[in-house]
Amino acid sequence: MIARGRIREWFIGAGRFAVLLFFSVALAFPFYWMVLTTFKQGGDLYNLNNNPFIFNMKPTLEHLHVLFRETMYLRWVGNTALVGVIVVFITLLLSLPAAYSLARLTGRWGERLGIAMFLTYLVPPTLLFIPLSRIVANLGLQDTIWALVFVYPSFTIPFSTWLLMGFFKSIPRELEDAAMVDGLTRFGAFVRLVVPISLSGILTVVIFTFTLVTQEFVYALTFIAPESRQMVGVGVPTFLIRGDVYFWGELMAACLITSLPIALLYNMFLDRFIAGFTVGAIK
Amino acid sequence: MTSSPAVAQRPHGHRSTPESRAWWLGQAMFFPAMIYVLAVIGLPFALAVIYAFSDIKVGSVGYHFVGFENFSSILRSATFLRALYDSFVFTIGSQVLVLVGSTILALALEKKFRGRGVVRFLMLLPWVAPVSIGAIGWKWILDSLYSVINWVLIRIPFLHLDRFNPPQWLGEPALAMASVILVHTWRLLPFSTVILLAGLGAIPKDIPEAAEIDGAGFWRKMFQITIPMLRPILNVALLFGIVFTFTDMTVVYILTRGGPYDTTQVVPSLAFFTGVLGGDLSEGAAISLFMVPILVVVAFLMLRQAHRSEVT
Amino acid sequence: MAVVETRGLTKVFKQGELGAVNNVNLLTQEGEFLVFLGPSGSGKTTLLRMIAGLETPTAGEILIGGQDVTHLSPRERRIAMVFQSYALYPHLSVYNNIAFPLKAQNVPKEQHKQKVEWAAGLLGIGKLLHRKPRELSGGERQRVALARAIVREPTVFLLDEPLSNLDAKLRASAREELEEFHDRIKTTTIYVTHDQVEAMALGDRVVVLHQGVVRQIGTPREVYDEPADTFVATFLGSPPMNLLEADGVIVGFRPERFLPAETKLAAQGGSRFPLRFHVQHSEYLGAERILYGILEGTRFRDKPVCARVSSNVLEIYAPKTTYDFAVPEPELKFFDAQTGKRIPPRPFSWQ
Repeated sequence: MIARGRIREWFIGAGRFAVLLFFSVALAFPFYWMVLTTFKQGGDLYNLNNNPFIFNMKPTLEHLHVLFRETMYLRWVGNTALVGVIVVFITLLLSLPAAYSLARLTGRWGERLGIAMFLTYLVPPTLLFIPLSRIVANLGLQDTIWALVFVYPSFTIPFSTWLLMGFFKSIPRELEDAAMVDGLTRFGAFVRLVVPISLSGILTVVIFTFTLVTQEFVYALTFIAPESRQMVGVGVPTFLIRGDVYFWGELMAACLITSLPIALLYNMFLDRFIAGFTVGAIK
Repeated sequence: MTSSPAVAQRPHGHRSTPESRAWWLGQAMFFPAMIYVLAVIGLPFALAVIYAFSDIKVGSVGYHFVGFENFSSILRSATFLRALYDSFVFTIGSQVLVLVGSTILALALEKKFRGRGVVRFLMLLPWVAPVSIGAIGWKWILDSLYSVINWVLIRIPFLHLDRFNPPQWLGEPALAMASVILVHTWRLLPFSTVILLAGLGAIPKDIPEAAEIDGAGFWRKMFQITIPMLRPILNVALLFGIVFTFTDMTVVYILTRGGPYDTTQVVPSLAFFTGVLGGDLSEGAAISLFMVPILVVVAFLMLRQAHRSEVT
Repeated sequence: MAVVETRGLTKVFKQGELGAVNNVNLLTQEGEFLVFLGPSGSGKTTLLRMIAGLETPTAGEILIGGQDVTHLSPRERRIAMVFQSYALYPHLSVYNNIAFPLKAQNVPKEQHKQKVEWAAGLLGIGKLLHRKPRELSGGERQRVALARAIVREPTVFLLDEPLSNLDAKLRASAREELEEFHDRIKTTTIYVTHDQVEAMALGDRVVVLHQGVVRQIGTPREVYDEPADTFVATFLGSPPMNLLEADGVIVGFRPERFLPAETKLAAQGGSRFPLRFHVQHSEYLGAERILYGILEGTRFRDKPVCARVSSNVLEIYAPKTTYDFAVPEPELKFFDAQTGKRIPPRPFSWQ
């Protein structure tokens, strides 16, 4: 009897280990491959007889050189950062008051509005890009990053509002009541009390808005054609290709450098992000 | 009792009560965001519907109402029907894999162990990296000539693969569809896993313990207690997954451009090629509208789920 | 049915730290209702969870019905447990909750219905079988948890603070039901609580735990009237026993034995010790009054003590007034001042 329990435990442990190993490898493999490819010489990459898992020739920084010196990669990163910052700003400006209103001021009706707001997050770019491309053209924004600055808040605002609403609801009402008894107006209490208290929540929203912007592909592909105006997510997979020749070394280097910082940031704020997605479904 | 009506009524009386002020403030704080979202989502959506009933092209002027002509021509088009079929294969295939895979992975990740943070970071990468970038990574791995997968397969003796004619992952219809599905599964798996982990964390520790004392073994505990209790959150993960998959064109666009011979073309990518690249706005809009019923159903199911968990 | 025995049972959660449970030796009697009583952090729940098999002991053995079960999984121990939260399976109906142990133990399917109905009948929840746990009141949930526990006729019953989730009024009636229930099934039961009233009311014997160590095992009367050390003396009883220290000895007496000098009880049997009691304030609790104050005269001048006076005593006892009180000699308990352990009565000078 004693042995049986032990053996079962051992099997469960071994099974867990195997599952984790399999998934870690399967999920992280492309990134490992990016690292390898980035530092391999072209002659090593494009030789079918070479073992692709090892360095058959000396590692090289050449792809990185080319990427930074001879392509517009840095330009795309700059464009993305600029769009990201402006969109974060617009998003906070609009979603902070909206979230507070939904959390505190509009009662039962507010709950429905909140859900409606969240559902708009489900509306995909692929449903709207055709009419939007026309609107963008009519506004004279085509082929500029302002087209994206205009459109991106349409999905960052709903998501941020929903996340912030959760944060605001977790602040005890008594705090604002106390502030109002002490002489602040309700809006004053919001600006001088609720917003400072929610700084960590706001930081979360900033990070997610920013990552949403970097991850977007469809709108950027639709609205912007010139190479120099691209976002990094579109520029890398479309302009590091000449004709149908893929510059895999440069491509993978770009992929690696783009993904890692975003991944690290995202990972730090993951738990808050999950909380936003699962509100209502777990209790 | 005399003062209560002033509190209870919709506050638009003459006297400015704290309630009425709060109500007005609420409206004022909410509406800017709502107007923005409505302008950038509601207006284009209405335009999409208007376009779908017209013959508008890029550069054309004026508006001609053509009724259901676009829809009937789409429904007669083999390309569209194929895309619709592919969309379902793509969605169902990847969602089944995501659901099974993420449940297994979440259960394995639930218990704390050394290095859990590292594993979690590694497994999150596909979701966190921009889609287009992850997909281009796969395009290299599945390359027609230098695919590392083929390099390995050729060296497995009992497979007897022809080393000069290895599988063309993105060049043969069935393989291309399988590749697209797998890459999308790869991307969505972390998202679903993370949501399920949150669900697992919310199950009170007592309950699996009680099951153990009641005599349940590993499998019974998993299939009769843990997984049924995860149901609501599994539903949420699935519904998000369906939306993210059925409306996604990035993976297809980067890996295959819908090829070979439109065998991996899905509804959103077809809408893109027709409406944006092809300039046929009306037909593109009509094609993309075919995603709406799916979205409506998902939204409805989500609301029901949210309502149910509220009751619990 | 079976007895439970622990030998030198110890649990250390973090190496180098004091154990949550230290060297506990226990032996229940057949069909006994044994209560583990202690403040939070005393290790009572850890002890119970080790007996259940949910926690692996660091050292020691557990025997159920004479068989060593230390390394068996919970499912192999043939025990039942009622959790503090009841741990009902939220997605299963009451019927399926009760039937779950039967399924898990591979009891033939034909017997399920009859057994579930027997257990439900025993607890009077026959009408709730189709409901889901969330549709039940707190008291009903407790009964479902009990029915789920008895349905497979376990050898031992473990209950972890099952009443703590009920409101005060319901708790009294639930306690009565539990007593009745135990009288009917007569299965060895171990019950964990931090509530001394529950422990005294329910237990055949009470195990008093503190910092992972058993301080005393005895009937409710024994642990209350003959406490083994100063911890037991002050943990049981509310307000706690009055303790006065002098000459390396602690002398203790219960507030309800600290009586107005003229009452008969104070005068009964042998000598008594008169004390001047300066009342500072009093609490009126209906059936009794609690008087807080300090002693006057003697060597214990200004030491705080309290007295519990029944409502039969008509005297008012105004604050800031001194009264004559007394303690009967047999009610004095002596403890070693160093160890806190109980010692035999000895001559004691009040002056």
